[in-house]
Amino acid sequence: MSGMTNDEKLVYMVNQIARNFEALGYDHAVAATEDHLLKYWDPRMKTRIRMLAAEHADALCAIASAALSRLGADAG
Amino acid sequence: MAWIGEIDLGTKAVPVTGPMVALTIDDQRVEVPEGTSIMRAAALMGTTIPKLCATDMLDSFGSCRLCLVEIDGRAGYPASCTTPVAPGMVVRTQTAKLQELRRGVMELYISDHPLDCLTCSANGDCELQDMAGAVGLREVRYGYEGENHLVAEKDESNPYFTFDSTKCIVCSRCVRACDEVQGTLALTVDGRGFESHIAASQDQDFLSSECVSCGACVQACPTSALIEKSVIEKGTPDRAVVTTCAYCGVGCAFRAELRGEELVRMVPWKDGKANRGHSCVKGRFAWGYAQHRERILKPMVRASVDQPWREVGWEEAIAHVASEFRRIQATYGTRSVGGITSSRCTNEETFLVQKLIRQGFGNNNVDTCARVCHSPTGYGLKTTFGTSAGTQDFDSVQQADVIMVIGANPTDGHPVFASRMKRRLRQGAKLIVVDPRRTDLVRSARIAADHHLPLKPGTNVAVLTAMAHVIVGEGLADEAYIRERCDWDEYQDWAAFVSEPHRSPEATEALTGVPAADLRAAARLYATGGNGAIYYGLGVTEHSQGSSTVMAIANLAMATGNIGREGVGVNPLRGQNNVQGSCDMGSFPHEYSGYRHVSDPATRAMFEAAWGVPLDPEPGLRINNMLDAATDGVFKGLFIQGEDILQSDPNTTHVAAGLAAMECVVVQDLFLNETANYAHVFLPGSTFLEKDGTFTNAERRIQLVRKVMAPLNGYADWEIVQLVARAMGLDWNYTHPSEIMDEVARLTPSFAGVSFDLIAEHGSIQWPANDKAPLGTPTMHIGGFARGKGKFVVTDYVATDEKTGPRYPLLLTTGRILSHYNVGAQTRRTANVAWHPEDLLEIHPLDAENRGIKDRDWVYLRSRAGETTLRATVTERVAPGVVYTTFHHPATQANVITTDYSDWATNCPEYKVTAVQVGLSNGPSDWQEDYAEQARLSRRILVEAAE
Repeated sequence: MSGMTNDEKLVYMVNQIARNFEALGYDHAVAATEDHLLKYWDPRMKTRIRMLAAEHADALCAIASAALSRLGADAG
Repeated sequence: MAWIGEIDLGTKAVPVTGPMVALTIDDQRVEVPEGTSIMRAAALMGTTIPKLCATDMLDSFGSCRLCLVEIDGRAGYPASCTTPVAPGMVVRTQTAKLQELRRGVMELYISDHPLDCLTCSANGDCELQDMAGAVGLREVRYGYEGENHLVAEKDESNPYFTFDSTKCIVCSRCVRACDEVQGTLALTVDGRGFESHIAASQDQDFLSSECVSCGACVQACPTSALIEKSVIEKGTPDRAVVTTCAYCGVGCAFRAELRGEELVRMVPWKDGKANRGHSCVKGRFAWGYAQHRERILKPMVRASVDQPWREVGWEEAIAHVASEFRRIQATYGTRSVGGITSSRCTNEETFLVQKLIRQGFGNNNVDTCARVCHSPTGYGLKTTFGTSAGTQDFDSVQQADVIMVIGANPTDGHPVFASRMKRRLRQGAKLIVVDPRRTDLVRSARIAADHHLPLKPGTNVAVLTAMAHVIVGEGLADEAYIRERCDWDEYQDWAAFVSEPHRSPEATEALTGVPAADLRAAARLYATGGNGAIYYGLGVTEHSQGSSTVMAIANLAMATGNIGREGVGVNPLRGQNNVQGSCDMGSFPHEYSGYRHVSDPATRAMFEAAWGVPLDPEPGLRINNMLDAATDGVFKGLFIQGEDILQSDPNTTHVAAGLAAMECVVVQDLFLNETANYAHVFLPGSTFLEKDGTFTNAERRIQLVRKVMAPLNGYADWEIVQLVARAMGLDWNYTHPSEIMDEVARLTPSFAGVSFDLIAEHGSIQWPANDKAPLGTPTMHIGGFARGKGKFVVTDYVATDEKTGPRYPLLLTTGRILSHYNVGAQTRRTANVAWHPEDLLEIHPLDAENRGIKDRDWVYLRSRAGETTLRATVTERVAPGVVYTTFHHPATQANVITTDYSDWATNCPEYKVTAVQVGLSNGPSDWQEDYAEQARLSRRILVEAAE
């Protein structure tokens, strides 16, 4: 992880969270990932990761991508 | 508190489980529990029977023959320390015959003892002297010309105490203390008859022996044969204050014994419920840092970190802090500043720092050093059980039948609890050790693990899931317990998950390195061996799957019904003294005191009403997030109380870059620590000896910290935070820390019943303490879980992305050693450096030989994050492919090596897995040289010209 930019770290972290929820099954994992970001990430990090998701969708795993879509929808 | 030596009842208390026994002693009727000794029964009714070899910290021994009594109907003069009471027994403790016998015994002792009482360092605090008076010894008929032990060289090798064998009466109390209390068995009585003498290890001096300097022998010694050097130098104390140790999470209670205003010694308090009268080398002896010459006592400021410090008055320093934070927020926004609370400070101080940030800074950018140690414990246990804390008290270990220690080395990290655990193991409890290293618990004096699972670093979840696979697959789960206490549907999902064939011990053996048969046997033992208790440490939490591992542990405990009574449980061994408390007090950026999320409207409304300001409903930044935001240019100010993130946090280079990017870093500490090299304001802090407050230990036990002496810096830390708050316009008017705890109680349901008065009355209180449990809660989750039903959580094994390879073929894990505490800021400034003057790299003989490394060679230690150099120690304590070091010395800066990888849920750093290479070196790394110069320049303090 050393040598990553801060943006790369954010992407890494959301993928890591999603991967650890993966065993719950897709739907539960998406919900759990979104809930985790809501509970533990500060507003700037959430805003930034949504921007990164829009710019670099291929860098995100499916669960993370879906969770961020829901996060964006919930945030309006 | 005036000087009152602790009352010694002579023999240990017996559990009040059997009937009471009534007897008569010296014509007085007394009733005591069955099994009590006559000596203790007499002492309880106020009659002191003369004694020398007996003390209530040790098992009865019956060797000195001074405590003889007469019992109606029994021949002879039995020793009262070894004779239990019996119904209707009639005992006489003071008769002419007994007096004659005792005088004769004392006469023999004194005939071979120096008669230098007036100049002896124990004069006035010597049991031998007291007994000579008690038995009326007036002459020694034998003279002093015969063969004796009055000439011998004093052993002064230990930095903290001396051993003078000329003063020794060979009562064996020191040997028994080392055996029964500490469990090291470093001392013995060597020789026979007249040649008998106390010997350390193989008749070595104390420093080079196996002695761990816990002080139990010194405490037990009835003469001055073993005595603190501080007593020799300063004289015997004349008053004592009971307080709480500021080192590890065991939370030992001590009597700070003083002569006037000068601290003479710290003696473990027998009534301390965490330590039961025991101590370790740190708490007992390593308190000299409080008056170390390097301690900073005046506030200092500077415009930039390349300038020397300028000493200023408190008023100027506080005003500068307030104006800088207000300026930064006006320029960069409300969320551009934050703070870090300290697990070394009191609950009250921690509560005030997070309040300053939430109420004064207007954001939730507060975090604490638990981020880098036990944050996964908070996450994992709250998710599964409903409470972010361990489930038991330390006494519980005495009821355990099977003890499983995972990723912890309590012998070094939590030595006083380790002694209690070892006592239980010597009584026959079974032991499972899950650890990559062959720690002391795996095999040491009279301790041997029944199973050692030497897993590869980073595979905790796979190992614990494989254990669950065995428990479920072999029908060892406690289905009745699970149906009653846990969510049955979630259990079934979990059981199906762990039962999948690829999670079996056999399938995961190659991955984990643990032989399947051993793992199966360990799982069976834990599930079927009676009360199963799990104790774990940072080898669990400091991984990319730290939180998953905590939940996997909780799953195992629930599946086997090992939660909710004495002798079982899930017990995190907390690192620093107040880690539990700092977390309880709302130090995390997402929750208020009592672990309630900032987004909860009802909770937030309560705090808003109390504090009179709207509060931010969004979570704030964690420490690592703050540093990232700083290098992004949006986080500019940080208030740090009692933490040294530059030395303790991972990837030092990144920490330094983050701090360097800020415009105002405030460090409140005792010394110019490494973080202070990047600070703009230094506020001198106070030691635990200089303030009132409370600490909460790993058992959730809240204990009083009492002011022993006035703060050398002028203010207790809570007062300094209040000064900053007031300078920022907050109307804080606390006059004593008890008022802060009262506020915590008003705002925190689990602390609703807590007050300083209640703690003082009962010695300590374990939260939750409220209407449901007015005197606290020693054991959690009795009859049901705090969250309702216990929650089984599926914990999939996800390998860390920190991989070994050709360039970095070894795995580094880091940890601590007995004699030092955390970053060593305190212990490095004591004589504890005698045991550990530098960080060493442990490397297996095979790995050392492949690299041409010999013991004590200088080696480089290189990772993808950085490089440092240190000396090697070649040992089989580590497995091939694994190296280990400590992080106590800034000259080494072990965290230059560790990476930004962290726990997926909490960002707790992955200190325990770093891919590294090791090789011979001939000098410090470039980073070390640069840092040493930067630190030297940064620590300059302007000297005012004489007027």
